[in-house]
Amino acid sequence: MAFLTTYLKDVLGGVRSLLKGMKLTGYYFTHHKEIITQQYPDNKAELKLPERFRGEVIMLHDEKNEHACTGCTACELACPNGTIKIITKFDVTPEGKKKKALDTFIYHLELCTMCNLCIEACPTDAIKMAQNFEHSVYDRSKLTKKLNNPGSKIREGVE
Amino acid sequence: MLSIENITHSIDAWLNSAFNPTVALLLEYLIVGLFAISLFAILGLVLVLMERKVSAYMQVRLGPNRVGPGGSLQTVADTLKLAMKEGLTPDGADKFLFNLAPYVVIAVAMMILAPIAFAKGTQLWDLNIGVLYITAVSSLSVIGILMAGWASNNKYSLLGAMRSGAQIVSYELSAGLSVISIVVLTGSLRISDIIASQQDGWWLFKGHVPAFIAFIIFIIAITAETNRAPFDLAEAESELTAGFHTEYSGMKFALFFLAEYVNIFIVCGIAATLFLGGWMPLHIGHWTAFNHVMDYIPSSLWFLGKIFTLIFVIMWFRWTFPRLRIDQLLNLEWKYLLPISIVNLLLITLIAIEGWHF
Repeated sequence: MAFLTTYLKDVLGGVRSLLKGMKLTGYYFTHHKEIITQQYPDNKAELKLPERFRGEVIMLHDEKNEHACTGCTACELACPNGTIKIITKFDVTPEGKKKKALDTFIYHLELCTMCNLCIEACPTDAIKMAQNFEHSVYDRSKLTKKLNNPGSKIREGVE
Repeated sequence: MLSIENITHSIDAWLNSAFNPTVALLLEYLIVGLFAISLFAILGLVLVLMERKVSAYMQVRLGPNRVGPGGSLQTVADTLKLAMKEGLTPDGADKFLFNLAPYVVIAVAMMILAPIAFAKGTQLWDLNIGVLYITAVSSLSVIGILMAGWASNNKYSLLGAMRSGAQIVSYELSAGLSVISIVVLTGSLRISDIIASQQDGWWLFKGHVPAFIAFIIFIIAITAETNRAPFDLAEAESELTAGFHTEYSGMKFALFFLAEYVNIFIVCGIAATLFLGGWMPLHIGHWTAFNHVMDYIPSSLWFLGKIFTLIFVIMWFRWTFPRLRIDQLLNLEWKYLLPISIVNLLLITLIAIEGWHF
């Protein structure tokens, strides 16, 4: 008799789990406000991107044209496909000591897979993911970007 | 009252008065053939659009919404595109079988159309073994699929065709047993008798729980027989590219595509005829007033409504369940559906003999 009860349990359990799935799809079918599709070129003005959407890497600069990048190359090491290249220089501090600093932050957008590893690796939160996704250009070389603004320097107190 | 029955009768009378009987009969054949072909074309357009919209809403998408109002002309555009394309025949293919296969599939679909009653008094051929004819002919479509798979000279196509063969051979059994359970209750194989026996209620409700189980098994079996997900191993896009119709293009591909949707329509029509009373409006026993109100809705609308409800359920299956592996597929049939439907058939026979049904 035991095999019969397990058999019936199998059947009922199967039916129950199938109905569970159908309930969810049925809910989506009847609730159209859940639809996440955006009619992209038509709704350019009121386009709403999710908070965690990743479009490109940018470097944050404050109003004094200062960034938080120490040139530690943690992001360059974290990048799985060589998207980031950091060129460092040596600043001379008022005490006359040499200090490593950022010269150029080169970012190859054409190689980037938006994996977010560089942002997680950054110890000073100098870079972040922006939401701009309209990257098409006619010339590939335009996709190689310099992220630190010209004349910018490291913010006071960031180590 | 204007009904399809009256219209066909007046056309028949007019043709017979205007021409001699032989010419009138030939003209009637022609009209019926034209109606069948245009029904197929319209079904293809409507059902493909319905499938795309239903799938989109179930996957939290919008679906086609650019061509025509609300995307309603999308399938017309697709058909135009397919009609323009070249129907390529591969070099290594068996040319005759390769080109014959789509027509076999579509011809089989047309043959099952014959005994289906579309509305009150509107049936092409009310033969006395209608249900047997339907079960016999519906299993022929596998020959077209095997033919296509074999003639393509392509391993994916052959694998898909073989899977489809195994699948249809196994699922015929439980579909047949479910059909037999209704035949047992009715005592007749004639489609019109089966519909007439549901005058005071559909078999789904009159036959208690066993009829309901038979209905569910029949729906599962016809989903498998029409090669639709979760039983679409014959196509299995992710593993066999497109299965038996990998090598087809242009209108020949369109015929396979059309046959799939026409087959769904037809098997849902059979399910509606057997379990939901065909064109018979919803009647409940002796509630005369209620039955009269229901009679005001035309019988053809009842039939189409039932069919489209069932089609929706089958689409719902497709966009909810993952595809079964071939061993799971055969397990489901031989270990679950077949034993259950045999026991169920015994129960239904008991009900029919004792007259326990309403």
